Amino acid sequence: MSLEGVMRVSGSALAAHTTWLDTVASNLANSEVVSGSAGDVYRSRQPIFATMTKPFGDPKGAVGVTVEGVVEMGPPGRKEYAPNHTLADGDGYIYHSNVNTVEEMANMIAASRSYQNSVEAMNTAKQLLVQTLSLGR
Amino acid sequence: MSAQFGSILGKQAQGLYFHAQRAELLAANIANAETPGYRARDVDFRSALRTASADRMVQSHDQHMPSNSRFNTNVFYREPAQASINSNTVDMPKEQTAYAENALRYQVNLRFLDGKIKGLMLALRGD
Repeated sequence: MSLEGVMRVSGSALAAHTTWLDTVASNLANSEVVSGSAGDVYRSRQPIFATMTKPFGDPKGAVGVTVEGVVEMGPPGRKEYAPNHTLADGDGYIYHSNVNTVEEMANMIAASRSYQNSVEAMNTAKQLLVQTLSLGR
Repeated sequence: MSAQFGSILGKQAQGLYFHAQRAELLAANIANAETPGYRARDVDFRSALRTASADRMVQSHDQHMPSNSRFNTNVFYREPAQASINSNTVDMPKEQTAYAENALRYQVNLRFLDGKIKGLMLALRGD
C-alpha cells in the first residue's frame, strides 16, 4: 500500500530539512566568530540535498530526499586590521566568518516551510489510512 | 473467492490504489522541493483509467503476455511554468493543490467502497 510510502518519503524530507535547520542554527550562532588565521575561521555550512538513488518500493516509484553532505561554502570572510585584538596575527589582522545572516534567516524560513509541507502531507496520509482501516464499520 | 470480491469492488478498489500511488508521487514532489535538479512527476488519471479498462484484453493463447495495467506507464514529468535556478521543477502551490484534491478523491472512493461493503453485509446477514 503506498500511503505508507507517503510516510517514508515525507519522513525522509523531515530528516533532511531538520539537518538544514541545524546548519542554519550553527551558522547564525557562529556568525560573529573571529579568528587569528584565514584557515581556521568559521565558514558558512550548507547541506547538499539529493534525491535518493533508490526508491522505497517500486524501482520507478516515488523517491525521498537525502542530505548528501554538509559543505563549507563561499569565499573566506572579511579580513580586518585590528592590531590591538588578542587574536590578531603577526601583521595585525583578524578574520571574520563569512556567514551572511540575512541569507541564513531566509534559509530558515524556507527550511521550516518545507518541513511544514511534509508534515501536512504526512497528516493527510495518516487520516486516509485511518479511514481506510475503518472501511465497512 | 477473493477474485469474486475483487470484481465486486471493481473500479473503486482500483481507484483507491491509483490515488494512493499518486499521493506517494506528489509527496515525493513536496519532499524534493529543495533538491537541485529534481524533476516533478505526476500521473494522469484519464490515461490510467483507460489502461485499467483496457486490462480486460482477452488472452486467446497461453503464450500471450498478460496485459498488466502498470501504474508507472502513465507517469509523466511536469512542464514547469517557470525555469528555476537549480533546474528543480517543483511548483509548490500546484503540488499542494494536487495533493489535497487527490486526498479528497481517495475519500470519495472510500465512501463508495464503504457503501458497497455495507450493502454486501446487509445481503449476507439478511436482516
